[in-house]
Amino acid sequence: MHNASKHLLFILAPLVVVFALLPGVYQNHLLLFNFVIFLILAQGVNIIYGFTGYLPFGYVGFFGAGAYGFAIMVMHLQTPAPLAVLVGGAVAVVLGLLLTPLLRLSGAYFAIANLAASLAVLHFVANPALEGITKGPYGVSLTGTFNPTHAYYAAVVVMALTVGAVVYLKNSPFGLALQAVREDAVSASMAGVNIIKMRVIAWLASALVAGLAGGIYAWYVSVFYPDNVFSGEFSIFAIVFALFGGVATITGPIVGVLILYGIYNLIGFTTPQYFQLIYGLLIMGLVLFLPAGLVSLATRRGWHVP
Amino acid sequence: MTYALVAGVLFGLYFSLVGIGLNLVFGVMRIVNLAHGDILMLGAFIALGVVGIAGIDPLFAVPLAFMVFVLAGVLLYWVLVPRLQGSANPEMLSIILFFGLSQVIEAVTTIFAGTSERSIQSRLLGTVFSTIKVKLFGGKPGGAGPIQIFGQGFPAPWVIAAITSLIAIGLVYLYLYHTRLGTLTRAVMSRRDEALATGIDVDRVSAAAFGIGLGIAAVAGVFAPFMFGSVTPAFGADATVTSFAIVVLGSLGNPLGTALGGVVYGLCYMLVQTYLSSWADLLPYVLLIVILLLRPSGLLGRRVRVA
Repeated sequence: MHNASKHLLFILAPLVVVFALLPGVYQNHLLLFNFVIFLILAQGVNIIYGFTGYLPFGYVGFFGAGAYGFAIMVMHLQTPAPLAVLVGGAVAVVLGLLLTPLLRLSGAYFAIANLAASLAVLHFVANPALEGITKGPYGVSLTGTFNPTHAYYAAVVVMALTVGAVVYLKNSPFGLALQAVREDAVSASMAGVNIIKMRVIAWLASALVAGLAGGIYAWYVSVFYPDNVFSGEFSIFAIVFALFGGVATITGPIVGVLILYGIYNLIGFTTPQYFQLIYGLLIMGLVLFLPAGLVSLATRRGWHVP
Repeated sequence: MTYALVAGVLFGLYFSLVGIGLNLVFGVMRIVNLAHGDILMLGAFIALGVVGIAGIDPLFAVPLAFMVFVLAGVLLYWVLVPRLQGSANPEMLSIILFFGLSQVIEAVTTIFAGTSERSIQSRLLGTVFSTIKVKLFGGKPGGAGPIQIFGQGFPAPWVIAAITSLIAIGLVYLYLYHTRLGTLTRAVMSRRDEALATGIDVDRVSAAAFGIGLGIAAVAGVFAPFMFGSVTPAFGADATVTSFAIVVLGSLGNPLGTALGGVVYGLCYMLVQTYLSSWADLLPYVLLIVILLLRPSGLLGRRVRVA
C-alpha cells in the first residue's frame, strides 16, 4: 500500500472515529472539545515549526482573529455559523498575509516579532475605541448561534483536514522541499526550490487551521473576552504539545496532546501554582533531555515513526 | 509637553536599565532569556524584603540584588546552557527552555509569597514610598518632595531610578570596553566560533555575561515597584516583552544602543500616553515589529545579526 494511504488509514481514520464516537460514551464534552482544539493547534504549529523551522510564538493571534472574525460576522451580518467559521479562517489568512514580512526575520527575531504581533492584535481588538465593532474589552455574547454539538463535529472535521494536511506534507515532494528549506535554505534554493513561495504557503496553511479552530471555538463557547481567545496559553500549549511528541511527524503532536493535556486535566485545576511549577519543570526537562520529542526515543532505536 | 519629554527621558533611562541585561545575554549567547522579566520581579521582591524585614532604604537592595543574581546567574548558566548549546537548534529551544524557567520562577514565587501575602505587600508598598521619601529628606538636602526639572515637578523615585540607570549603563560600558573580560565578551559576541578557536574560554566568559545580565535585571527590578506602582508574581511576562522592544530598538551587543533604545521608547511611551492614551498599550508591540522589519540591526546597529 502507498505510504500516504497507510497513514490516512491507520492514523487519521482511527483518530476521527474515536473523537466522533466519544461524546456518546463520555459525558465531559467540553474536555473532548478542548482536546480536539489542541490537536488542531498542535498540528498547525507542526506545519509551520516542524516543516519550516519558524517558531510561531504568537500563534494564538490567528486563533483569536478567527474567533473575532466569527463573532463579527454573526453579530453584524447574522451569518449562519458554518459560514462564519469559514470567514474566521479567512480573517486569519488575511492576518497571515499581513504578517508575511515577518518571515524575512530569522531565528529568535521571528518568534519575538510574532509574539509582539499577536499582542498587538489583542490590544487592537480589545481597544475601547473600537467598541462599536468588536465590543472592545467587554467581550462578545453570541447566544443566537450556540450549538455545542454541531461545533464539536465541525472541530472534528477541521482536525481531520489538518491531520490530512500533515500527512500530505509528510508524503509529498512539497513537504520534502519544505524540510530541505528548513535545513539549509541556500542549498534548497540552488536545487530549484522556490523558498519564498514554500514558506508563505506553509505559513498561511497554519494560519488557516488556527483561524478555523478559533472560529469553531467562538461558536462552541459563544461568550468570551479578548483575553480568553488571545490567551498566550494557546500558543504555549500548542508549541509544547507539538514539541513534546516530536515535530515534523504525524503522530508526534497527537501523542503530545493526548499525554500532556491528559496530565494537565488530571492534576491541573485544584492547585494552579503547583501545576505551573510541575509544568515549567516538565518543559525544562523536555528541552534539556529530550529536545527532539518523545518520538526520538523510538527513532534513536532505528524504528521508523510516521 | 516639557513634562512628557522629561518624564519620557527619565522613564527611558530606567527602561534602558531594564533592557541592558537582556541585551548582554542575547548578544553573547544567542539565548532568548524569556525569564528576564521574572528576574526583574524577583529583584522587586528583594527590595520589598529589604524594606519589610530590615526597614531600611530600598537602595540598599541594589547591591544585594546584584550580588545574589550574579551568583544565581553563574550557577544557572552551568546547569542549563552547555546542555542547551549541544542541541540541534539552541536559539529556538532556548525560548522554550526559558519559558519553562519563567513558569517555575512565577510558580515558586506564588507559592512562597502567595495570595495571602500579596495583600500585605500592597500595604508594604505604602511604607516603601514613605521610607524613600524620608530617606530623601535626609539624603539630599534641598531635594525635598518632588524634584524640580525645567520648572516641572517629578516624583523623586523616578529621578533616583534614572540616575542609578545611568551609573549602571556607564559601568557596563566600562566593563565591556576597558576590562580584559569585557574585551573577551565582545569577541564572543561577534564570532563565537572564532573566539573558541583563538583559545578564549567561551563558557567562562558567557557565564560571567549571563550572571551580570541577570544581576542588572534584578537591580532594575528593585525600582520596579516605584516605576510601575506595584508588582505581582505575574508581572514578569509583560516586562519581558517590553525589554525585548527596547533591546531590539537599540541594537544587539551595544550598551549605548540599548540606552538610546530605552530613551526613544520612554519618549514614545510618554507622548502616546499623553495624546492618544487608549492606543498606548499597542505601542511597544507595533514599535517592535516596525523596527524589526525596517532595521533588524537596531538604531545603532553595526550589522552584527547573523542569526
